[in-house]
Amino acid sequence: MNIIEIKDLFKVYDEKSLPIHAVNGVNLTIQAGEFTAIVGPSGSGKTTLLNIVGGLDDPTSGDVIIDGVNINELSSRQKTDFRMRNIGFVFQAYNLIPVFTSQENVEFIMHLQGKPKEERENRTKEMLEAVGLGDRMNSRPNKLSGGQQQRVAVARALASKPKFILADEPTANLDSKSTENLLEIMEKLNSEENITFIFSTHDQRVVNKAKRVITLQDGAIISDISK
Amino acid sequence: MIPSFAWRNLWRNKLRSSIIIAAVTLGIFAGIFLTAFTKGMINSRIQSIISTEMSHIQIHQPGFLDNDQFSILIQNADSIVNLVRKTPGVVASSKRIIINSMVASAETGTGVKIIGIDPVNERKVTDLSSKIITGKYIDSTDRNPVVISEQLAQKLKVSVKNKIIITVQDINKNITGGAFRVVGTYRTDNIMFDEANIFVRGTDLSRLTGLNGNEAHEIAILLNTNETFDVTKTLSGEFPNLEVKSWQQLSPEAGYLVSAMNQYMFIFIIVILIALCFGIINTMLMVIMERIHELGMLMAIGMNRMRVFTMIMLETVYLSLTGGITGLILGYAAIRYFEKAGINLYFWKEAFSEIGYSSFIYPVVDSKTMVVTAILVIIAGVISALYPAYKALKLNPSEAIRTQ
Repeated sequence: MNIIEIKDLFKVYDEKSLPIHAVNGVNLTIQAGEFTAIVGPSGSGKTTLLNIVGGLDDPTSGDVIIDGVNINELSSRQKTDFRMRNIGFVFQAYNLIPVFTSQENVEFIMHLQGKPKEERENRTKEMLEAVGLGDRMNSRPNKLSGGQQQRVAVARALASKPKFILADEPTANLDSKSTENLLEIMEKLNSEENITFIFSTHDQRVVNKAKRVITLQDGAIISDISK
Repeated sequence: MIPSFAWRNLWRNKLRSSIIIAAVTLGIFAGIFLTAFTKGMINSRIQSIISTEMSHIQIHQPGFLDNDQFSILIQNADSIVNLVRKTPGVVASSKRIIINSMVASAETGTGVKIIGIDPVNERKVTDLSSKIITGKYIDSTDRNPVVISEQLAQKLKVSVKNKIIITVQDINKNITGGAFRVVGTYRTDNIMFDEANIFVRGTDLSRLTGLNGNEAHEIAILLNTNETFDVTKTLSGEFPNLEVKSWQQLSPEAGYLVSAMNQYMFIFIIVILIALCFGIINTMLMVIMERIHELGMLMAIGMNRMRVFTMIMLETVYLSLTGGITGLILGYAAIRYFEKAGINLYFWKEAFSEIGYSSFIYPVVDSKTMVVTAILVIIAGVISALYPAYKALKLNPSEAIRTQ
């Protein structure tokens, strides 16, 4: 089942003086349950592509259809709501809310979704246990290591039961052990829970684990290999 | 969760938040304490007008207040005094004979207002008897007693037991005079009043001027409250041929003092709040600049602009309210303390006295001011929040998230 369909996608910056084709005619389909890495050198357009797929940025032209919805046709408010209900984000710099505990960080999106308290609490516990942090529910981010923070970020992204997770260089700030650990967790979630992961990465360890590797160069796909 | 999120955000930079909260606290404290101080000062002035100089209500024959003419007398004053006393709300009343004339000592002379009083009743209406600093108050035993102010005693170069000559015009318009012995000197907080008024027994003044003793120029009335409207109305109805006036009508400037003070203090508090608003806006703009990346992330994961706006608004309102409420509590505590202990501005005693004010000030808690200030703090908080929250609203999540 196609979860994401990208059609003739272009993103051109600074159109008046020197146009930069950050995304240059991308056509792509992602199926539910994929574990896909988008790779490419710096400036190849990985983050821009992920931002457009995540509804954070608008394309210059082309369409992004997620589960049958063309997100370019949504208003800003609808996009925010769409992101909240359908997309999980994991960022390079973890980006947890520093004043919240792990539990509150994970619970936050469900709170925004208006989920009842009991459901929020159960799901939070389940997700933190899934990432191996069931015993750090009440710790604030500054009391957690980088790897632990990124695992909380994964738990947060999963808590709202999104259709897929977009992870922008999730291991860039992690040491090898934490990277290994995080990848194992994500791989397990993918194989056992059929959760779709899309990474942008430079990290060869992530590429090795990925079941599909899409390589970008100058905003265009130059290879798309499924393992 | 958003209110709790906003509250915790407030304490992310404890030093910065504490500084702005301290500024708001100090501003609000200053505002309400100064209001209470000024109100205390004015209350004391009004109390002094009522209890020493004027009483609550005065009755005169129409025309007397315009030119103080000796012949404009209230007849059957004693029966009017008795009738007045029976009016609900009236605590005491006393008749007075008032003559503007000359007083002279062996050394010098001056123009004064001679007030002939009924010593027993006057004690109940005004507190002049408690302002005696040397000698004693007028009683019914001495012969021709007079009480003058310390100020006037110095001017006339007399002291207790010395005689002074009072020169007046009698009922037949003949100049007459009498020797009066100074039995006591008084001092009030109002130098102008002290210099202008001397007190003698009403019966002595009546005898000197040829009155029969049952007339008066003025009937002074003390009420059980400073609210004079109802009793003034009742007495006006009861004595339609006489002029019944409250202290507010007799001394309109005193009545204006209160409303003028309220307006000044309102303006003062508004100015303080406007200054504080700029401080709060500055702080909140810094907060947003520092948190652009995080705000971008929050928007990315699904926190809509309205919620971001609400969060920033709440943070700003919490900041103002924390300072405002602390300021109100500290201000209230300080006012309650000084309400009993008083503030003695003895080094400005002379200056205060010149304008009729006591240098001992008891601030007065005004619940209306407290409530209005609290509401203004909330309004100031909301107004200060608007611009920073609008800035946050305008953030683009994908750009904000790239900001480090």
